[in-house]
Amino acid sequence: MSEFLQQLINGLSLGAIYALLALGYTMVYGVLRFINFAHADVFMVGSFAGYYAARHAPAGTLWGGLAVLAAAMAACAVLGVLIERFAYRPLRHAPKLNVLIAAIGLSLLLEYGVQLLFGATPRNFPQVFPSARLQFGPLTVSSNQLVVIVVSLGLLGGLQWIVFRTRLGAAMRAVSLNPRAAQLVGINLNTVVAFTFALGSALAGAGGVLYAMNYPSIDPFMGVMPGLKAFVAAILGGIGSLPGAALGALILGGAETLVGGSAYSTYKDAIAFGLLIVIMLLRPAGLLGRLTVEKV
Amino acid sequence: MLTVTDLSVAYGPIKAVNGISFEIPRGAIVTLIGGNGAGKTTTLQTISGLVRPAAGVIRFNQEDITRLAPHEIVARGLCHVPEGRLVFANLSVAENLALGAYLQRDSASIDRTREHVFALFPRLKERLKQTAGTLSGGEQQMLAIGRALMGWPTFLMLDEPSLGIAPRLVTTIFEKIVEINREEGLTILLVEQNAHLALEISSHAYVLETGQIAVAGASRDLRDDPRLKAAYLGG
Ligand SMILES: Nc1ncnc2c1ncn2[C@@H]1O[C@H](COP(=O)(O)OP(=O)(O)OP(=O)(O)O)[C@@H](O)[C@H]1O
Ligand SMILES: [Mg+2]
Repeated sequence: MSEFLQQLINGLSLGAIYALLALGYTMVYGVLRFINFAHADVFMVGSFAGYYAARHAPAGTLWGGLAVLAAAMAACAVLGVLIERFAYRPLRHAPKLNVLIAAIGLSLLLEYGVQLLFGATPRNFPQVFPSARLQFGPLTVSSNQLVVIVVSLGLLGGLQWIVFRTRLGAAMRAVSLNPRAAQLVGINLNTVVAFTFALGSALAGAGGVLYAMNYPSIDPFMGVMPGLKAFVAAILGGIGSLPGAALGALILGGAETLVGGSAYSTYKDAIAFGLLIVIMLLRPAGLLGRLTVEKV
Repeated sequence: MLTVTDLSVAYGPIKAVNGISFEIPRGAIVTLIGGNGAGKTTTLQTISGLVRPAAGVIRFNQEDITRLAPHEIVARGLCHVPEGRLVFANLSVAENLALGAYLQRDSASIDRTREHVFALFPRLKERLKQTAGTLSGGEQQMLAIGRALMGWPTFLMLDEPSLGIAPRLVTTIFEKIVEINREEGLTILLVEQNAHLALEISSHAYVLETGQIAVAGASRDLRDDPRLKAAYLGG
């Protein structure tokens, strides 16, 4: 039983990271109706930004850790806005296939660009937050896991607040419901799209740092697998749905950790994609998604 | 108030609007009538900035607004109630109205406008919490007009407000359009296929045929025009 609970906590912290990443996929899909396949590489850039920021922050302190997190989020927000402005906006009215090809090209550009600048050798990510092992009865929780869970919850709460309580959040929801009608009430489409990219990318940046803290080596291709999983999580929960993305990510993180801790651990990655196939067969719109007719 | 000069719009190889010009004086109700695919919706979408013209100039209060983005045009007081209404189907009536006031910052005057919209369409007040997508077609049209009024426009463009609505409600909505024009002095550009009604409430009319203006004149005269009788007024 305590073994199970232990795995559940591990799963929760993995799922929280997937959630931060999955939200970016689902938000961009919500306003623009395409999958930003370069999102996983923004996550990777977040880890690298955190790695370099950590050199200028006091190691192993709460404030140092939060500063590293904030730096990575800011760097990624800027990167996200640049990506949208220069890669996707020129293709706003182009066929979806062109956008998909641009996204894949951009993904490769980021991966090999980072490799060119920083080399391909994996680097150890420093301990930016205070390190401790906390004992709750039979359960051991590392402080890093706790940071992941607390920070993710905080960011999810912040996102919820932005989307449902602010003017720009209302504009985002309006655009995702009906971009034309949104423009006709005076919403600036470009502002909303840029804001969405900034928000999603900042969350990915935070995810990159949190991931690197727990799987402590970073390299230019580290985003690929978590990116794929988070994408699956977003589809699982219902693409376009924010709670769906979070739910999908928690299910995926939990399932993956439970399988990883069992005798079938070599199959843990297969779980993600197996789950995707099963859910898509049972509920094509995802767990919390609504099946809508593709608008033309 | 609005002057359109030599406007042409194309979708790829398809020419939807072909060098049309017209003018709408302040305080008037002017109608644009024409059959399916004549280019009426395209004209309105081009004026509101959703579609880019191939050629031509659009002036609003003397200012050239041809290349402005939709939100900049709304900010100048030119609001477009689109064809098919396009209410935010998953949001409540109240949320739809709130989004209509997106560019308004003063909450006291937003409240006043909302009361005013309720006075015009009491039905909306009764359905405040209802999801917009579950309203009847006529109620959705009221909501679409109400949402546009929330943005304090001085000029309103309406694209086929009678489309898919029970005849009794159509009469109500047209009465409201006249009321908005008379009492608040809003200038109105009304696109209609229902030429009878449109000619009744408008002062001037333009008839669009395959992207060109075929007939133009005072609505009173066009009601008896033999060219219109055959095509749009059912004999
Ligand atoms: N997005 C589009 N892409 C390509 N062609 C279009 C598009 N929108 C309209 N058209 C074409 O442009 C022409 C004018 O269409 P428009 O919608 O302006 O007509 P309309 O007068 O509003 O007709 P209706 O009364 O049926 O609404 C039509 O031939 C139509 O097929
Ligand atoms: Mg039309």
